[in-house]
Amino acid sequence: MASIEFENVSVDFPIFNANSRSLKKRLMQVATGGQLGADQQGRVVVRAIEAASFSFKDGDRVGLLGHNGAGKSTLLRLLSGVYEPSSGSVRIHGEIGSLIDISLGIDPEATGRENIYVRGGLLGMKRSEVTSRMDGIIEFSELGDFIDMPLRTYSSGMSLRLAFAVSTIVRPEILLMDEWLSVGDEGFKHKAEERMTELVKSTNILVLASHSRDMILHTCNRVIWLDHGKIKMDGDPNAICDMYFG
Amino acid sequence: MNKGSFQVASRDIAGAIRHYPLAGMLGWQDVRQRYRRSALGPFWLTISMGVMIGTIGVVFGSIFHSPMAEFLPFLATGLILWGFLSAVVTEGCMGFIGAEGIIKQLPIPLFVHILRMIWRNMIIFAHNIVILPIVFLAVGKPLSLAAFLSVPGFVLIIINLGWVALILGIICARYRDLPQIVGSILQIVFYLTPIVWMPSSMPHRAGLDLLQLNPVFHLFALVRDPLIGQIPSAFNWEVSCILALIGWSGTLAFYGRYKGRIAYWL
Repeated sequence: MASIEFENVSVDFPIFNANSRSLKKRLMQVATGGQLGADQQGRVVVRAIEAASFSFKDGDRVGLLGHNGAGKSTLLRLLSGVYEPSSGSVRIHGEIGSLIDISLGIDPEATGRENIYVRGGLLGMKRSEVTSRMDGIIEFSELGDFIDMPLRTYSSGMSLRLAFAVSTIVRPEILLMDEWLSVGDEGFKHKAEERMTELVKSTNILVLASHSRDMILHTCNRVIWLDHGKIKMDGDPNAICDMYFG
Repeated sequence: MNKGSFQVASRDIAGAIRHYPLAGMLGWQDVRQRYRRSALGPFWLTISMGVMIGTIGVVFGSIFHSPMAEFLPFLATGLILWGFLSAVVTEGCMGFIGAEGIIKQLPIPLFVHILRMIWRNMIIFAHNIVILPIVFLAVGKPLSLAAFLSVPGFVLIIINLGWVALILGIICARYRDLPQIVGSILQIVFYLTPIVWMPSSMPHRAGLDLLQLNPVFHLFALVRDPLIGQIPSAFNWEVSCILALIGWSGTLAFYGRYKGRIAYWL
């Protein structure tokens, strides 16, 4: 059982290296991004999410739509528990897995095998768990003997394949993704697609930020449209996609 | 509010301690990454530490007319400990800033990053310890059984460094010019602490009394005195324990209050 409940959640970013002179104060509304304002002490703040309320339950496949800077990534970070809301309340039940940046923690000087341990550890796996799945990961990544070479000798496609192979062995109850993961050449892509489908199927709640209409329509059964940090629409994918992509 | 922030902080730290395999692995990774493709690896630090101990030993030993058999072991333990302490404090400032990528992506307890940094420096410290038996052999100074007392002393140093690194990590994430200030303060503390000079070479009694105000002096005494054949005084232990207690309770309150903001400051 997994569930997520947001109640009136707002997020303000303090911007410390921008000074809050009058001109900037007037820039309350900007073309892209959240709303700029100033807090009581006169610091510049960006309101990235404003008064978001929603709840997700088992079986929800939520797509996040919105222009660059609309607050999609911030919302994903709130969901993953990295950010605490500036106001409002967030209640999350269930184990969270984030596939937002699958190359995080990769060390180019370390071998593929060492990197698998580091990635696995960051994703919350025990060393013994990683060891027992090592062969499967190596086989899936199709790296062969390269697995014991430093990562800097890999092509970018190869290191992505490695990152993909490790990152997708977790089976979290809540899965967060920024764009659908798609890596490798034609042959690998097919295999990766299969793995992703399986991963999404086994998760209770999926939240996927995407700019692709097909992806959203294909994967999601609910869409949240973010605009300037506010939820503009929340509901059926077909209807919202028609409006958004219009 | 106070109780709440204590809870937030202790939950995070307990979580971090449960994550110790991760902190340990990342710490090892840091050391390996730094010295990959160098044949001697971290022993380069040991060598430079050894050379420094030798040079300072000869120069200051003759300036202060200290007998080498007394001065060299004193200096070697002091410098190695100082290397550890100053590295943990300066890198503590970067503890959260350096882990920005992870902090912004994965909800791992934040104290893991401090543990990782302390562990990495403990590994380097362990490399430097190799110098000690060489120095003790060279000057022909025997170790007594009391030397084992320096182990609990070292643990107490780590406990104290833990809160210092944590609180500095938090404040430095917010105020980015603090690391420079910390660097200067460390330099002053280095001269105020008996490391390259022995307390016995203080000409006046007043100087020794003032020395009691330096917490680093007490912490160092816990580890260094047993090694050079003295027993740390009860006062040394009291000061160090009280420092740990007060430091940690203050830090926990502070950490609990601002933990949620750290990700935003980065």
